[in-house]
This record gives sequence, C-alpha cells and structure tokens, in this order.
Amino acid sequence: MKNYIYKIVFLFFLITSKSFALVTVDITRGNLDPLPVAISNFYFDINIDSNLKKTNIENKIPEIVQNNLTRSGLFFALDKKSFIQKPEVAHNKPRFEDWSFIKAQVLVTGKISLEKDERLKVEFKLWDVVSATELSALAFYTVPDNWRRVAHLISDKIYERLTGEKGYFDTRIIYVAETGPKVNRKKRLAVMDQDGFGVKYLTLGNEIVLTPRFSPTNQLVTYMSYYKNLPRVYLLNIETGLQDLVGDFPGMTFAPRFSSDGKKIIMSFAQEGNSDIYTMDIKTRVVEKLTDHPSIDTSPSYSPDGAQIAFNSDRSGFQQIYTMKSDGTNVKRISFGDGLYGTPVWSPRGDLIAFTKLYRNKFYIGVMRSDGSGERLLTENYYQEAPSWAPNGRVLIFYRETASDTAGRGGGAKLWSIDLTGYNERLILTETDASDPSWSGLLSAK
Amino acid sequence: MLPNKLNKIILALVMTLFLGACATQQKATTPSPAPSLGSTDDAYTGTETVKFLADGVPDRVFFATNKSDLTTAASATLAKQATYLKANPTLNVVLEGHADERGTREYNLALGERRATAAKNYLISNGIAANRIKVISYGKEKPVNPASNALAWSQNRRAVTVKTN
Repeated sequence: MKNYIYKIVFLFFLITSKSFALVTVDITRGNLDPLPVAISNFYFDINIDSNLKKTNIENKIPEIVQNNLTRSGLFFALDKKSFIQKPEVAHNKPRFEDWSFIKAQVLVTGKISLEKDERLKVEFKLWDVVSATELSALAFYTVPDNWRRVAHLISDKIYERLTGEKGYFDTRIIYVAETGPKVNRKKRLAVMDQDGFGVKYLTLGNEIVLTPRFSPTNQLVTYMSYYKNLPRVYLLNIETGLQDLVGDFPGMTFAPRFSSDGKKIIMSFAQEGNSDIYTMDIKTRVVEKLTDHPSIDTSPSYSPDGAQIAFNSDRSGFQQIYTMKSDGTNVKRISFGDGLYGTPVWSPRGDLIAFTKLYRNKFYIGVMRSDGSGERLLTENYYQEAPSWAPNGRVLIFYRETASDTAGRGGGAKLWSIDLTGYNERLILTETDASDPSWSGLLSAK
Repeated sequence: MLPNKLNKIILALVMTLFLGACATQQKATTPSPAPSLGSTDDAYTGTETVKFLADGVPDRVFFATNKSDLTTAASATLAKQATYLKANPTLNVVLEGHADERGTREYNLALGERRATAAKNYLISNGIAANRIKVISYGKEKPVNPASNALAWSQNRRAVTVKTN
C-alpha cells in the first residue's frame, strides 16, 4: 500500500509551440469526426539492459496511449501495420509524406532509456503531419515499475495539446465492487486506474460499504460503512490505510462528499425520520448544520468555488434538486421537469449540474445549468444513477443495473462513461460487478 | 495488514460513539408526510416473506412507493407487536427500514430511516419505551425478494422488527 503513487518528474526539454498548429480537435461536438492519429511504437536506447527489454514497454506504453485516446472518442488510431517508417527513424526525423500517405494527421513517437540512477526516461514527441511540424516534446523520469503512469501522462499531454483542454487519463476511480447474490450482496471498496487496470480492494467485504468519493485534491476518500452495523461516514487515506469516523453523530450519517478545496466533508445525518445536511471541517472537526427541514435533504454537492451547494430534497412532496448558499441560506428549487430528480453533482467547471432522473419508470443521467435551465438527458436505461465528473468536466462516469429475473439473476451493476455531448457511451470493464464510481482529480496535479 | 490497523482505529471510534449515543435524547417529532403525487397505494398486503415474532405477531409492515406513512394493515400489525412487547418487557428490538431498488441509493437510505422511524413512533405511542427500540436503515441494500418486478418491490418496501436479545 505504501507509496503507491510514485513521484514522476517531467521536464519540458524542447517545446516548439512557435508554429501555429493546424490540427485541433473540437471536443464540444461529440465523436462525429474523430481525428486520425498514428501512434508509433517507441524504441529502446541501445544501452538499455536486457531485463528492461523483456518488459516490452516500448510497445505497451504507446498501446496504453492509443487505448486512452481512442476511448475518449475524439481520436481514431491508425493500424500500425500500415506504418512505413521504423519507430527510431520516425522519432528522430519523420518523413511526413509517409504519414500523410496513410491519412494520419498527427503522429506520436517515443524513445525509452535508462538514467545512471536507474530511473526510466521516456521521451515522446507529438508531430503535426499536415503542417510538418513538431507540436511538443517531453521527457518523463520515473522508476521503471511506474511505466503505466507515464503512458497516462503522455496521453494527457497529447489530449491537452490537441483539444486545448486538460486531460483526465492520469486519474483513478474508486468504486464499490459487488459479488454474491442480490439478497446478500458482498460489497468491497475498490480503486483502479481510470482505464480499469491496477485494481486494489481496500476492504474485505465483512460489512456493506457505499458511496466512496475521492477528494478532488488528494488521496483521501470519504465513504459510508456499516461497520459494527452502525451506518456511518468515514474518511480514509488510501495511501496509508488510516481511517477515521467523520463526526460524532447519534445515528446514520450518509451521502458524503468533499468540498472542492478538499477541506470539508458535506453529508446527511438522519434522525427521527428526518435527514438534514451537515458539514465537518476535516482539520478542526467543527460540525455545522446547514438545512433544518422536516423533509429528506440529502446528496449534497459543492460548487467548485465553494459558494453554493446543490442537494436533493423531497420538501415539495417528492425528490427534486435545490441549490443554496454554502451557509444554508437562499434555498431555491431548480428542477421543474416531469419526474423525480436526484444525486446532483456540480461540474468541476462550475457551469453544469449532473443528475439522475426517474421518469415513467426509466432512469436517466442528465445535465442542467446551475439555475436549472437547459436540461439535457444524456442516456436512458432501466436503472442508472450516481454520475461523477472527470476532472476536466467533459466525461461522466456512472453505474447501471439491468433488471433481474424472479430468481434474482441478471441484475448486475456495471460502470459506464459518457461524454457531456451525450455521445461515446462506454462500458468500463471491471473484474466484478461495480457501482458508485467516483473519479479522482489529476494525480499529477498534486 | 490494512484491515487490522483499520479495525483498531474504527473500534476505538465506535466505542466513543456508543458512549455518545447513550446520552442522546428522544424527540417526538414526526416528519410531515409528503403530499401524494397521485394515488400510489401499492403497499404489499400478502403474507409471503413475513415471519413472526410470536404466534400471530407478524414481524414486518409494508409501505407504498416513496411513502413512509403507515397503512391500516401496518398499524394493525404494529399494534400486535406493541401488545407482544408489553407482555415481554425485557425484550428489545431494532426496526430495520428498507426501500425498493427503484430509487437513488442515498435517498433510499433516508427513506428507509423514515419508514423505520414511523414504525418506531407507532410502538412508542402504544406504550413501548423508546429506549427499547433502535432504528437502522438499509435503504435498498438488502432486498428480501431479488426480482425486478412490482411484487418484489412491494415486498422490499418494508420495516422489519427484529429482536436483539
């Protein structure tokens, strides 16, 4: 568990942004016209040792980059069999005619070597084939075991350079791994890289665990556990394994989430049939009550500037979305469409709120502006809920369940992602059934 | 490694919590029932899944979709439970509140708590001491019928009285 995120140092050793890039990707339009990109295999420096050669990472790193970019729906990776130039030649001086011949608009090349201190050095270059220029060139230094993260960092740099937006590949997902029959489901906390690799189980499944949420700023997670049959909110450091009860409440606490600066936890506390919203300052442990209404107030989520909170209340008689100022004043209902609305989650960009909607026995994931206008439903299904934003606010992850038969078979939960555009819906493969996903911030931003 | 370390920490915290919990007072506020959105009187009235605390004392009551108010049948069941608990004054119970799978997880946790509390308040108003009754919500996490149909959902929207000693 210790030191599970290694430090990665990267240096800009050659940045050629002087030439205006002709190639850009408009990410607001969905995946209608993905950009054709050639991702060459990388090559090993001649003095690399044979153990490292066996790892085959000169092919694996570009493969991860290719998978990331393809999954974003914005890029189309050309078949490597059509490549004319060898990796080493392409990296040092690409013949752009060879790449435009196969309709590549962008080329990615790379080189792997070992530093004297045994650190891995991975260089990559991004080339604009159309204007025959180098767009960027970077080198990453890290311990050899950490090559997978380098691939994600390279993916982020490419995404950023071509779309003008931050990437979201060097991130992780925390979720609840589910196994066993529906009437006696075993639930474990699990964390994995955003591409589904490197899954680690953080609890044993002896008690129900629900709704884990990543801090947007570090490796803390808040979640709800039925440990000792007392449903309570906990704060867990997934690097050290240390955890702590959140607050000292005489009943169920649930629906926890971090404030966007990571300093507070906001959650519900249920007592005498009434759920209200509370915050706890993580450092000072000071607890504050924000709502005081005999209805169910739950699923709170802070705006990124910390000034407002969106939440779910049935004070109108049924579940709707409300916003209030962070001191609990100025409560306003913002959802007015047909059906029930739940799980509001504020976009990291601040403009939109993602939600779950139940209408005519179907569940929808949708987005609306923070004043409730511009409602847009992205996906409809038998059951789905709990959207969580990628740190760049362009992609949502959520979970979906199918109906089970009379014996309870067939109703497993799976993780899915969808672009804000409503395009590019994708199943995220997990070893077990999975629910309640939460996306971390960019690991490299720490 | 991880679980052991964790358990110690949690244990300590849970102990503190228990001490804190003993000192809490009982308030008699009942939540105002939500105004109905059309008539949704789909509470289960059958006997499947029902167990008994004693002869003629059913262990559970059922609720309509999104509701936590007690139906006539639910009140009748709870009246029997109250009589039984009065006759067995050393017995303590926990009321487990549940929801069906057709709602968001967090809202269902709150709804389960509201249902269990409705049943608890009925027992209290029938003369059972509040300190004999605990409440726990499982939301939609513990269905009794795993099917995805209206019958299963109605059997899952329930508050179950469980003896703790």
